[in-house]
Amino acid sequence: MAQNKSLKKAGAGLKQYGMMIMLIVVYLLFAIITKGKNLTPMNINNLIMQNGYVVILAVGMLLCVLTGNVDLGVGSVVASTGAVAGTLIIDFGWSAPAAMAAALAVGALFGVFVGFFVAYVDIPPFIVTLATMLMGRGLCYVILKAQTKGPLPAAYNWIGTGFLPTIKIGSGVDLICLIVAAVACALLVLGELKNRKNAQKHNLPVDPMVLTVVKLAVLLTVVIFFFYKLACYNGIPVVLILMALIVTIYHFITTKTVAGRQVYAMGGNAKAARLSGINTKKVFFWVYANMGLLAAVAGIVLTARNQSATPKAGDGFEMDAIASCYIGGAATSGGVGTIIGAVVGAFIMGILNNGMSLAGYDTNVQKIVKGCVLLGAVTFDLVSKRKKK
Amino acid sequence: MSEYILEMNHITKEFSGVKALDDVNLKVHKGEIMAICGENGAGKSTLMNVLSGVYPYGEYSGDIVYNGEVCKFHNIRQSEEKGIVIIHQELALSPYLSVAENVFIGNERQKNGVIDWTTTRKEAQELLARVGLGNENVNVPVNTLGVGKQQLIEIAKALGKKADLLILDEPTAALNDQESAQLLELMLQLKAEGLTCIIISHKLNEISYVADAITIIRDGHTIETLRKGVDDFSEERIIKGMVGRELTNRYPKREDCPIGDVIFEVKDWNVFHPDDSDRQILKNINLQVHAGEVVGLAGLMGAGRTELAMSLFGQSYGQKISGEIRINGKPVQLKSVKDAINNKLAYVSEDRKTYGLVLIDSIKFNMTLSALRNFFSRKGVVDQNKENVKAEEYRHRINVKTTSVDQTVGSLSGGNQQKVVLAKWMLTEPDVLILDEPTRGIDVGAKYEIYCVINELAKAGKAVIVISSEMPEIIGTCDRTYVINEGEIAGELSGDQITQEAIMSCIMAHNRKEEVEA
Repeated sequence: MAQNKSLKKAGAGLKQYGMMIMLIVVYLLFAIITKGKNLTPMNINNLIMQNGYVVILAVGMLLCVLTGNVDLGVGSVVASTGAVAGTLIIDFGWSAPAAMAAALAVGALFGVFVGFFVAYVDIPPFIVTLATMLMGRGLCYVILKAQTKGPLPAAYNWIGTGFLPTIKIGSGVDLICLIVAAVACALLVLGELKNRKNAQKHNLPVDPMVLTVVKLAVLLTVVIFFFYKLACYNGIPVVLILMALIVTIYHFITTKTVAGRQVYAMGGNAKAARLSGINTKKVFFWVYANMGLLAAVAGIVLTARNQSATPKAGDGFEMDAIASCYIGGAATSGGVGTIIGAVVGAFIMGILNNGMSLAGYDTNVQKIVKGCVLLGAVTFDLVSKRKKK
Repeated sequence: MSEYILEMNHITKEFSGVKALDDVNLKVHKGEIMAICGENGAGKSTLMNVLSGVYPYGEYSGDIVYNGEVCKFHNIRQSEEKGIVIIHQELALSPYLSVAENVFIGNERQKNGVIDWTTTRKEAQELLARVGLGNENVNVPVNTLGVGKQQLIEIAKALGKKADLLILDEPTAALNDQESAQLLELMLQLKAEGLTCIIISHKLNEISYVADAITIIRDGHTIETLRKGVDDFSEERIIKGMVGRELTNRYPKREDCPIGDVIFEVKDWNVFHPDDSDRQILKNINLQVHAGEVVGLAGLMGAGRTELAMSLFGQSYGQKISGEIRINGKPVQLKSVKDAINNKLAYVSEDRKTYGLVLIDSIKFNMTLSALRNFFSRKGVVDQNKENVKAEEYRHRINVKTTSVDQTVGSLSGGNQQKVVLAKWMLTEPDVLILDEPTRGIDVGAKYEIYCVINELAKAGKAVIVISSEMPEIIGTCDRTYVINEGEIAGELSGDQITQEAIMSCIMAHNRKEEVEA
């Protein structure tokens, strides 16, 4: 009986890692389908570089989703900020950092614009961002005169295609990668132990030790595998650092700060939040202003990776970002969702794209599969929650 | 006595191992009004859900015998076909559809698959006449009518389904005294027409007035059935059955606590309707509350008490607000809820689910929400240790029945939810608390605990304002009360002066004065 109970508890504990497990399963599935092509060091590296901007967008989008809304304009903002940076460098001879700053400013401006209408004029975000979706795309075509601007200088492209310096040892394995992997592993283990200790100190329920060990073992395997592959290639991509930085900051904001709490409270019940002293307009404004800024970051990363600004850039990115949040367990009604979930969701989409490309499915088939995965993931999530009640 | 229309025998229903109902028996005679009483969570609603097929046959054990035949309902439609209609506590009307459309929602009058509007309107009119709403226009959207009338429309809707057995779950919870009385008269009238009713209510005076029999449920068991004319029908007797002990005093005795200086003062407070700048909602309100004092705001529903509280609380209601607020003798400007909190004013709203709690989040999350910035964070980063410690402390202090502060608030009973809201505002360390209907829809035991908390707050030197539509509650808890009517203060009563009669006569006198002036 007691054993049965602890097993049940372990099962419930596992459920919260459902999407993480799905990520690994999907990856291994494609490893079989592509006969190991997606396991190569180069492909691992590509996975990061191809999905960097979706992850960045998903982080910003999660905040919008937490309020119970979405931002449809991000794809267009990605395109116009990229266009601004590209044009300033090529036509006006600006330096890379200056062009990046200008792009960030344009993105933030878009965000402030949306935030103003959403928060202070009370226009539904769906409408406002539908407008910025059209406006941003149009602006991008106007700036670029419907042509591709390129090639961009290496100093600019570094952020999308560059690598950290490497120290190659043995048969071309990067020592820095391995050190980072070791540090990451140590932090994971220590963090988990600290969590357990804290929980025990406050008499909160603790996962069974077996589960913790299994969880850590899986995580460490993934981390070591991942960094080893990168070490075998060109080392740590700059995008990875940028991504890690953004994810860490926003994870911290959403889980540990008053501001994060306010977003969750507002999404869960805006009226109650208002009567609890939360300035919901301000929260709304900052969530959308922030989305504009992150869209600009994604725009810079995308143009840097493509080494050029193109008018069609970022087409449909908003849908990838939104889908990532929902696959990652966020609720359409708001108030539920995590940054880590959204990132995992983004990688599930990324691995699907990447795997299907390697397996030779054309993009139209990819869309069908992605649609099914989105629907399937959310259905699974909701049905399993309903059963729990 | 006539035969039974309904017999529910040995009903047992489990939710994941926990017995919500354990061998419950209920027998209802044809043409009588049966009341079901019990504390929140005793299993009243579960029992009705079993009866109406919300929990399908097979999910419970025991049988339902209706009109002499054993029934196995798989959904609500099947029970409705037999004439069992349930009206839930939350109204199930579609706000923007017309009255006629609402009366026949799910039961449309049609000809060859097309809605027959003439019949719909005609029959809706007839049904409305039966429930005493003969003068209403059936074509107006239902949300233009008051809650009382909407409740009557629900009954008309049930009659339209040819109900033989009508189940009313807390029908008067949202109604004022006059509307409640009207509804009770209607029940008696329908009974005279041969309809059988089951009513669930916390308002014991209504039950002893209207019911022929009372079945008491406690912790999922049927305790007893009392019959009018045979058994004692007094409120004390019913409460004894509900809580399983004699609750001699429903209001805890106030320990003598010294009443201090005036710490909350409102002068010449005027407020206009948020959507209509010509409509004055509150006129020249003046009030004072001392430290250690519990002051009531009595009045009928719609008198403007909630509007007063909300407009004081950081201008959360109304426009063109004028007047002065003094807290601890100092004039303060409260332009937002944040200002109010920072100036030590707290407002516990009347509708905890809509305005008080984030139901999907944990007890801890909700308890610390209002105090987060001032007491639980450093440079914007939440101090989660302190949060855990304080939430645990308050869980014990005000006795929230739960296993962990990480449980979601939505899964708690009404009484426990109300305690969480109270804790949330106590954690902001206020000097002045406004409690708006602090015990609405919660059971007798939880009410008592809330009253204890109110006393404790007063003892700690806080100024407490209690808004309540239940006059016994004002009488039982307050040192002094203001009577509010039509947005004005109609009178002030203190100590032994506070009686139901005195409050009502204040209101009546004020109404007459209004009429003379008009």
